[in-house]
Order: sequence, then C-alpha cells, then structure tokens
Amino acid sequence: MNPAPASRTDRFVAPAEREIWRILADVPDPEIPVLNVVELGIIRHVRVADDGRVTVGVSPTYTGCPATEVIARSIETRLEAEGYQHPKVESVLAPPWTSDWLTDSGRAKLKEYGIAPPAHSVSNPKHLFREPKVACPRCSSLQTSKVSEFASTPCKALYRCSSCLEPFEYFKCI
Amino acid sequence: MSAAAETVLSASADLRFRYAVHLGDTSLILAQRLGEWVGHAPALEEDLALANISLDLLGQARYLLSYAGEIEGKGRTEDDLAFLRDPSDFTNLALVEQPNVDFGHTLVRQFLIDAWQLELFECLQGSSEPRFAELAAKALKETRYHYRFSSGWMVRLGDGTEESHKRVQAGLDALWKFTSEFFAPGAVDEEAAAAGLGPDPASLRAAWAANVEQVLTEATLKKPADVSYRWYGKRNQHSEHLSRLLAEMQFMQRTYPGVQW
Repeated sequence: MNPAPASRTDRFVAPAEREIWRILADVPDPEIPVLNVVELGIIRHVRVADDGRVTVGVSPTYTGCPATEVIARSIETRLEAEGYQHPKVESVLAPPWTSDWLTDSGRAKLKEYGIAPPAHSVSNPKHLFREPKVACPRCSSLQTSKVSEFASTPCKALYRCSSCLEPFEYFKCI
Repeated sequence: MSAAAETVLSASADLRFRYAVHLGDTSLILAQRLGEWVGHAPALEEDLALANISLDLLGQARYLLSYAGEIEGKGRTEDDLAFLRDPSDFTNLALVEQPNVDFGHTLVRQFLIDAWQLELFECLQGSSEPRFAELAAKALKETRYHYRFSSGWMVRLGDGTEESHKRVQAGLDALWKFTSEFFAPGAVDEEAAAAGLGPDPASLRAAWAANVEQVLTEATLKKPADVSYRWYGKRNQHSEHLSRLLAEMQFMQRTYPGVQW
C-alpha cells in the first residue's frame, strides 16, 4: 500500500535493511496517523546484525513529545508481527530532528489531511524569528493569520484563513 | 559493575551527576508550575501554549534526570529522582519555583528563564560531555520557540492596556531579584564550567541582559534595580514554595510507593 521510503536511497541500502524500511513505512504516527514514521523523518538508521537482530534509531520530534514511547512500541510490535525477534528501538538525539526531514510525500499528505506543511527550511536560523507565509491547506490562500503559537500537539501551531474563513493547524518549522 | 563503582562516584562522575540534576531540576520544577495552568489560562490557545512549553521542559528534565541516574549507577530512575527526593536535595534555580500569580506574572517568569536558556543551551552545545551537548542542541530549537512566544507576549501585554502593563510590570518587579542567581558563582554550574562541562554562569549575563533590555524597552516596561537576594536554589537553599510544589507533585509516589497507572 504505502510507497517505499525515499527511493533514491534504495539502491544504496542492503536488501535486509530495505525490507525493514518498507515495514516502517507502514507504521503510522499516532498523533498524525496520515503520516508514517518514515515520512515524519524520525527514522535515523536501520541496522540488521549478523544474527538477524534489528535495531532502529528514532529521533524524537520534541523532547517531551508523549508520542515518542508509543512510536517505539508500535515499531517493535510491527517488526515482531513480521517475524523479527526482539527488535530494538534506540533513541537518537543528535543531530536533533528538524521539520526539514519531513519527506515530500509526507508534506503532500499533511496538506491533503488539512494540516499546512512547514512553510520553509530551518537551515537558516534567522527563519525561526521571522513570521512565515503559511498557505491555507484548503484554499491555498496566503491571507492567513496565526491564532496561537501552539496547538493540539507540540509540533503544530494554530492558524486561521481570512479567505475561506476556516481555522487550520500548521506543522511548525523547527 | 564493580562494587567500588557502586559505593563512591569518581569526582568527575559526581560532578556530571550534580550538573545534570541541577539543569534537570530547573526544567522539571518550571514544567510543574506551567502545568498548574492547565484548565486555568485566560484563553484556550494560551492554555495549550503553557502546556506545550511545560511538555518540552519535562522532556529536558526526563533526559537529564535519566542521565543522572545512569551516572549514579545505583538504579535510581528519572522517576525516583523526581518523586522521591526532598526539597533540600533539589538544585533548581529559585525563580522557577515561584508560584503562579496571574498570566502576566507567569509570562515574565517564562520570558526571563527563556532568555537565559537561550544563552545556556547555545553554549552547552560545546560541552565536553556529548550527552549535555546533544540535549542542548535539541533543547535550543525548542527554547527559541518558547522565547518567541514569551517575548511576544511581553510586548503585547507591556505595551497593551493600562491594566496589562500594570500587571506585567508588577510581575517583573516581583521576579527580577531572582535573576541574579542565573549568573551567581559558588554552585555546581561554576564547577561544571571549570571542568568544561558547561558555560561559566557569569559569562551568560551580557547577552542575556542585552536581549532582555531590548524586549523590555519595546514593551515599555521599566527594568527594576538589581538587589541582593537571599535564596540560592542551585545551592539547595529554597523558598517555602518548593516544599508545597513538591508536596503536590510527589503525593502519589510518596503515599503509594511504586504505584503505576
């Protein structure tokens, strides 16, 4: 069902590991289930040891994100269901996760779902102090305004569209 | 590990333990204070904002206290350190234990600490201990966001109505004295600086003050005079407010040890 992650890396990935990436692309994010964990950009590495033990490195999006533990458990459960014995999820803090790591398909799905994707790259830290132009995910209007810096999850802010008058959530740049 | 490792920590491990606890306690206690706002903030959006900032701080605290427990090697977890220590064992900055008064007062507390954490985490990225450096890089991104929120509100409220200006100025006047501790010598952060684990607390002052003064000017607020002050949270000397905060925060684990849900 779900497309394999970033196909450009596929040819450089060993078949055993590629299979794990394929499975991970089937594990949804618990808070934004339209995204899988690969599209969210939180999978840092996949390792398959000689004895077949699988280790998956996962970056937390926010240090306090309560979904982090649920994600680790759902990855383990999913891999076990696929027949992998004792898979291990390890937390990778450095380099810190950034919204730049959302994949293109992830961004498209967010918009489709009604959440405006991050408006720009954060590689230039000046952007963190600048108000981004956020397009309404419904009507694409740029006539939008921020209602609140924070919303229902740590990764989102609350916006309102002055063209179609709908409120919407915006996936923050961080 | 060996029996020796269990009984006495090396001086270097002991310092890393105490520094992690100091930074972790500051984030933990502030997270708890912000959590008290849930359901009580003036608007739903600000309720969410304070809860979200609290969550980020809790994430920092969990990381730091887990790491501290790991160094200590006695099997204490982040939960043991958070819920089973006495007030005199905490080394958080005294500012963060100050009770909530009104939204303006809470914003001032947040703004003053956000501006400090900006400088702290910026420098802590260069820690000789990778675990501190990694956390700093992560937390800095979140802190920039917190700072944008709190400094924005400082200006909106300070340069807002007569009432909002009055309240924020009152918060500033009440809390300013606690900021001297950020930069004060004679505590674990100074020792950590000498060992290359973190920045010299005094070195953070210039950038912090410049940032704060710029926002206060824009917010038409008056910077209070520096006064001497008697509490030193980072030297385990706390106001009575910490005991009350902990009494509530630790109640379940103290009353029903090991309870889970």
